[in-house]
Amino acid sequence: MQDSRSVGVVAPQYVQIGKPLHLKSGASLDSYHLVYETYGQLNAARSNAVLVCHALSGNHHVAGYYAENEKSIGWWDNLVGPGKPIDTNRFFVIGVNNPGGCHGSTGPASIDPRTGKHYGANFPVVTVEDWVEAQAQLAEHLGIEQFAAIVGGSLGGMQAMQWTLDYPEKVRHALVIAAAPKLTAQNIAFNDVARQAIMTDQEFYGGNFYAHNTLPRRGLRLARMLGHITYLSDDSMAAKFGRSLRKGELSFGFDIEFEIESYLRYQGDKFADMFDANSYLLMTKALDYFDPAAAYDGDLSAAFRVAKANFLVISFTSDWRFSPERSREIVKALLDNEINVSYAEITASHGHDSFLMETPCYHQLVRAYMDNISI
Amino acid sequence: MTETTNPSTAALRPDFAAIAEWIKPGSKILDLGCGDGSLLRYLRDTRNVFGYGVEIDDNNLLSCFRNGINVIQNDLEAGLSSFASGSFDYVILSQTLQAMRHTEGIIQEMLRVGKEGIVSFPNFGYWKNRMQVIAGHMPVSETLPYRWYDTPNIHLCTLGDFEALCQQCDARILERKVMNNDYRPVHFLPNLRGMLAFYRFERFA
Repeated sequence: MQDSRSVGVVAPQYVQIGKPLHLKSGASLDSYHLVYETYGQLNAARSNAVLVCHALSGNHHVAGYYAENEKSIGWWDNLVGPGKPIDTNRFFVIGVNNPGGCHGSTGPASIDPRTGKHYGANFPVVTVEDWVEAQAQLAEHLGIEQFAAIVGGSLGGMQAMQWTLDYPEKVRHALVIAAAPKLTAQNIAFNDVARQAIMTDQEFYGGNFYAHNTLPRRGLRLARMLGHITYLSDDSMAAKFGRSLRKGELSFGFDIEFEIESYLRYQGDKFADMFDANSYLLMTKALDYFDPAAAYDGDLSAAFRVAKANFLVISFTSDWRFSPERSREIVKALLDNEINVSYAEITASHGHDSFLMETPCYHQLVRAYMDNISI
Repeated sequence: MTETTNPSTAALRPDFAAIAEWIKPGSKILDLGCGDGSLLRYLRDTRNVFGYGVEIDDNNLLSCFRNGINVIQNDLEAGLSSFASGSFDYVILSQTLQAMRHTEGIIQEMLRVGKEGIVSFPNFGYWKNRMQVIAGHMPVSETLPYRWYDTPNIHLCTLGDFEALCQQCDARILERKVMNNDYRPVHFLPNLRGMLAFYRFERFA
């Protein structure tokens, strides 16, 4: 690969955390492992660490590619790399797969040491707070006492926010992108339809499909198709697919006719092959539960009273799932607390997925913000 | 107080210096239509203020980021609902008033959010402007550099007009500065001889 702005070949690393993770639900994980990747070099002062938190379907593989497959490019490779907005020549960047995930960290597909079987449906429900705690354990393992920045989009942005509440001294800057201070009823509704699609699949077996040597593919596929529609905008779908027909004419049947049907089914199939259904259920629950204001009678400003980090909040005009209004609620709470915050509302057509796109204005702002962070 | 940390900016932007003279050190500022953020940066460097800019334009926003100031991308015409009442020592509207649609609305919002408001604008009553109108043309000058068909300025006013608006908005004028085209203070016939006007005001108790 010739891209001089790629971090190049990367390899995942593993760490076993022996300290129990006491979860918000009251349950706990006595021991668990985390898979993570790092890019760039930790400086001598250990002051240049940047944590990238992943969203619903993301993982620890943020940038670069694996030696065995040059196409296995990290999910935020356009943002993270040498000379990129989050410049790995300057920063030591960490990606980590959250517990409950399905890309190497302890999750529902892992073996429960107490039973010798897959956790399956017995894997405890995890929250954003629980993930922050697990990430803090990783930071301790890596000898990082304070992050220069914690960055996340969507559900990842929620983790960045939670860090500033749980460990105000350990975060200098939080980049909260396409996020929300809590989900709306409509958002929870979408998540529940996705969960119902999975849980009513006959192959789900109450979450213990591993024992039956099968997968709830149909349910996971539907869940992803639904999710995918909500991550795009009407305009971007119209621009990309319109009413284009696969065969150029109507066939008056129920096979794939419109290009959008073909695209969504392809995306659904691809996802069903690579993602664990139980992890999907857990990730959507973590989204639903996130609500830092809940402990303060819904007063988000009161929730942020402890925060000390500087914030960059970014939203995208066409994002209707995590709309600019939700980001402005975050900004208002930060302003109420006289916290350093900048807010950008990026004109972009790709809906919620805009946070993953290389929109020039968006990347220039992230670059300018990161360049001003002293290390 | 003199500007010791950044004298060059003071020389280049006497209008910034005029505003800075009114700002108590260490105060909390909201700069509406902050452009590239250079006024706020100047106030931070010379008056040690804490504050935020509000700006709508993408390119200006990027300049603000590069200037290292806090900036909130927001349309001033939509009001200042993100900002709590009485939460700033000063709310500044520097040479932006004349380009705003909701002129009265923004003055009201400034009075709500700030303990004091500061407004600067080009005086349409400046004699050079009057001469051009008498000669049959819309004025084009140092402070009004646009031609009538490409100007963003939709609500130009004179000193007298602005003072009448303040009265209508229950704003009490605390101080006024008027500058001529050499950026020197004008005391005699300000509405005729003044090119730039600065007002500091507060809400009538």
